[in-house]
Amino acid sequence: MEVSAEAKRIMVVALGKLYSSRLQRGGLRLHRSLLLTRVMKSARDIYHAALATTDVAASECERRRTPETTAGPDGGKPELEAFRSPAPGTEEVAGAPAELRRLRPRSGAGNKENLNPNDPGQQSRKRRAKAAAEPDFLPRKKAKLEQRPGPPQQLVVTSALMDYVHCGGELVTHPAPAMPLQRAVAAC
Amino acid sequence: MGEDVESTKINHTFLRDYVTEADVISTVEFNQTGDLLATGDKGGRVVIFQREIEPKWDSEEVGEMGDSGEYNVYSTFQSHEPDFDYLKSLEIEEKINKIRWLPQQNAAHFLLSTNDKTIKLWKVSERDKRPEGYNLKDNEGRLKDVSTITSLQVPVLKHTDLMVEVRPRRVFSNGHTYHVNSISVNSDGETYLSADDLRINMWHLGITDRSFNIVDIKPANMEDLTEVITAAEFHPHHCHLFVYSSSKGTLRLCDMRASALCDQHTKLFEEPEDPGSRSFFSEIISSVSDVKFSHNGRYLLTRDYLTAKVWDLNMDKGPVETYQVHEYLRSKLCSLYENDCIFDKFECVWNSSDSVIMTGAYNSFFRMFDRETGRGVTLEAWRESSKPRAVLRTRRVYTGGKRRRGDVGVDSLDFTKKILHMAWHPSENIIAIAATNNLYIFQDRVRPELQTQ
Repeated sequence: MEVSAEAKRIMVVALGKLYSSRLQRGGLRLHRSLLLTRVMKSARDIYHAALATTDVAASECERRRTPETTAGPDGGKPELEAFRSPAPGTEEVAGAPAELRRLRPRSGAGNKENLNPNDPGQQSRKRRAKAAAEPDFLPRKKAKLEQRPGPPQQLVVTSALMDYVHCGGELVTHPAPAMPLQRAVAAC
Repeated sequence: MGEDVESTKINHTFLRDYVTEADVISTVEFNQTGDLLATGDKGGRVVIFQREIEPKWDSEEVGEMGDSGEYNVYSTFQSHEPDFDYLKSLEIEEKINKIRWLPQQNAAHFLLSTNDKTIKLWKVSERDKRPEGYNLKDNEGRLKDVSTITSLQVPVLKHTDLMVEVRPRRVFSNGHTYHVNSISVNSDGETYLSADDLRINMWHLGITDRSFNIVDIKPANMEDLTEVITAAEFHPHHCHLFVYSSSKGTLRLCDMRASALCDQHTKLFEEPEDPGSRSFFSEIISSVSDVKFSHNGRYLLTRDYLTAKVWDLNMDKGPVETYQVHEYLRSKLCSLYENDCIFDKFECVWNSSDSVIMTGAYNSFFRMFDRETGRGVTLEAWRESSKPRAVLRTRRVYTGGKRRRGDVGVDSLDFTKKILHMAWHPSENIIAIAATNNLYIFQDRVRPELQTQ
């Protein structure tokens, strides 16, 4: 568990550094962003591996208990709920689904990253580029939610992670971790 | 009255401790003769020091004639200004990333200086004479009234105070999309390379509107990016060879005769990873921050976060020598990651005979390794103001065992005092060490029998 706690901490720190590097003078440093992204990836993999082993243990325990507990909401929703309403000081970090969304891009047609069903009123500052003239530093694929097998989890976000999400500024909450992190590597 | 004295003291302390960001030295470089030393800082300025020819002290005290001169300021100029990329809405820092001198061909000196995007060629020349005695103009250049001229005179050259003029001769711009990290002058004397995170360009010193792209590691899809270029250098003698290092700890030797685009390396230098030492930060600490050819062109010196390595050009399986710079930091990598120190880029240098290598560390310490004995020594870039000619003391970081007086504990190290930039005189044992906003120049004593004085 220490490994997963350290992995979680490393991921959170890397996220913070990636966000703050957007504000730094001279623009994004590609080398630094790349190293941070790779550290975060490896921390995420280790965190998942650690989580998978605890999942297996937890599900076995649950099966042994009485089946009275109602099934939680389906896997997709908790993450949306969590991102909308932060619960301060909550137990588990949902860094995992955030990274999943970011690092498993969904192949979509065109540049949909600025469209958001959750907050249609908010206009992105970026112009909608035509496909032909699309600058190469914008990611071509949009992040997708990876459906993990297993029991649905109550995934909530720590207030720390929510701070980073809100730091996105013009970025809306739902794909917020997805966009700047992909762009962190690609935007130079 | 007492209060006034105290407040003056407080203000003075504050001023002394406060370091302007712009004054932080970001690069140091000797020219080919070692008579000139250039430093660049974060504010975009370049300061050139020149070595005094005559000794300043009585010759009987030291017994040396003319060799150990001091370095004094020769010229200061603003090389780069803050700039703005309007297309990407990005500020371009004026910080000087690298300075490289050109080999001297006439009375003037030339140097290349670069920031993140633009490389400039500067001409440094001296003027100590001016013509005087014109017939139609007076000495200030104003036209004379013709009726006052009664005789003809021949203008003569009169000595004036030495004036050092620095003029920009070429500006090599728009060559790089990413941040320039290295420049290197070719031994052919006509071309030089500039490297950014993903590309290396070759320029002709006389042509500013075009350059050749010789390395391009940008993937078609930026999401597939796995490594970046961290440093590049031309071979000191072979004008067709150059090396570049990557963030994954590899070195690639490229031969420009093989093809126009040197994406396919001629040799790949890589050390197999030790699986036992794998950690979250293995990749960050294996990133090479500097690469230098030896003067004889047979070896390469690289620096990563914890070690300095010497590679033989003829052996690509691994380094021939590995020197631990500050192994005691390996257990502190997590904290160094959090305070950003793990991303620090240290430089490394060879001495003139390639027998000693030197690199920087924290707490104003720097390390020298004797390649013949394999032994390393830790020195501190600090000068006691009361003893201007003191011998450098060797320092030790306490890592266990018997603690000696003067040892510094790992937790007492000051990580804000980092020695990132340094240079070694091309032929003598004179080193220039940049410690934040201070430049230290240390000289080896020529006569060992005088060390007791």
